[in-house]
Amino acid sequence: MTVVFWISAAVTVISTVMVITRRNVVHALLYLIVSLLAMAVIFFSLGAPFVAALEVIVYAGAIMVLFIFVVMMLNLGARASQQERQWLKPRMMIGPAILAAILMIELGYAIFAGGGIEIITGEPVGAKQVGMSLFETYLLGVELASILLLAGLVGAYHLGRRDRSEEEES
Amino acid sequence: MIQSIHPLIITIGILFVVVNTAALLIWLERRLLALWQDRYGPNRVGPFGLLQVLADMIKIFTKEDWVPPFADKPVFILAPAVIVVAVLMSFAVIPFSPDIWVVDLNIGLLFFLAMSSMGVYSVVLAGWASNNKYSLLGGMRAAAQMLSYEVFMGLSLMGVVMMAGSFNLREIVETQKGMWFFIPQIFGLVVFMVAGIAETHRLPFDLPEAESELVAGYHSEYSGMKFGMFFVGEYLGVTLISAFITTLFFGGWLGPSFLPPIVWFILKTFVFICFFILLRASLPRPRYDQLMAYGWKVMLPLALANLIVTGGIILAIG
Repeated sequence: MTVVFWISAAVTVISTVMVITRRNVVHALLYLIVSLLAMAVIFFSLGAPFVAALEVIVYAGAIMVLFIFVVMMLNLGARASQQERQWLKPRMMIGPAILAAILMIELGYAIFAGGGIEIITGEPVGAKQVGMSLFETYLLGVELASILLLAGLVGAYHLGRRDRSEEEES
Repeated sequence: MIQSIHPLIITIGILFVVVNTAALLIWLERRLLALWQDRYGPNRVGPFGLLQVLADMIKIFTKEDWVPPFADKPVFILAPAVIVVAVLMSFAVIPFSPDIWVVDLNIGLLFFLAMSSMGVYSVVLAGWASNNKYSLLGGMRAAAQMLSYEVFMGLSLMGVVMMAGSFNLREIVETQKGMWFFIPQIFGLVVFMVAGIAETHRLPFDLPEAESELVAGYHSEYSGMKFGMFFVGEYLGVTLISAFITTLFFGGWLGPSFLPPIVWFILKTFVFICFFILLRASLPRPRYDQLMAYGWKVMLPLALANLIVTGGIILAIG
């Protein structure tokens, strides 16, 4: 499983770099899908098959389809990639690079000085265990997330609703 | 030696059978449609017109394979491959009989849902890459339709998962020894069937390619074997959904012992494939907004209600 981990980790990193550097939006999104799929394989190799499946179903399968859907509606052509070329100058990378480097150092510190390295055994965690920890230990988080989603749903309904009086006028 | 080759033989055997089934379905569908519409169908080439499949194959392989100059070339070529790969991957988790299967995944059912959600990309990307407004409209319809119907395709199966207590398809079949799940999960079956037709975008839900309004929808620009791949993908999809209806609701390989398990599985799957074709022969295509409203206003509440009632009963009993 270690080999699987390293290969899929390499695929994830390479495809993520491709996501940032592509100028065609749909090509970038395709690389993002590959990156998410590779991430699912990482989860699988670490012994979390349930999370791996959800990663593919929710992120790669549903959210990315919505992204592509929106891109299709916007009908971005050659002009958009021209614009992208103007915006994506190396100078633009400096700010994010510094911030990301700080995070990287922090992560390294946390791993090596803080908790020490714990080797993941790859013991599979089943769906039942995930469900139990979600609805016992982290129940509050689940409920808060569902309230947030409900708010989003109501907001979307409000924006998409057609006013009856408006309909009669037109 | 035999031990290590065994899984390989099974894998290749399953691939061979499944792909050939898809090819034969071209003939079967045309014959059955003809039967139900009171005409003959292809009956000239070979016995019962069986060699029609071969003739079609030769024709489709020798046709000019053309990529339009205005298309996005890499995505245009990638799109037809995606659907075939995604559907064939799903066959890996189906237990065809007690000793014929490819992988025994604990998350088998989720794997199927994941792969079926990957299949969406094929249609959407084909529509986008063709760079043609009818294709784009087809692709957009496909994205909205398949995304919506995927939601309650997953929800409709959770009743089965609750009753079996597992995502593992072999265990789901084993727990159906007492009673096939289509009796307690009749609403789940109905929702899954409707969602399955929408996922494979077969008639009556073939809005993405609706030929009367969109030329041929997402595959307007495709020719030769690339178009053939979409076709094979569609027939593979029909076979896959039928196999899953068999596995999840009709006891998979289970059946009276005068026939071997694999025969029971094939027979049941065949019945559902014919049912799919009958639907195509008999139902008209709904309007697009009717399709979406039907999904969200009828199928989703039905799936949720089924889920709540099933959960309640299981909780009350034990």
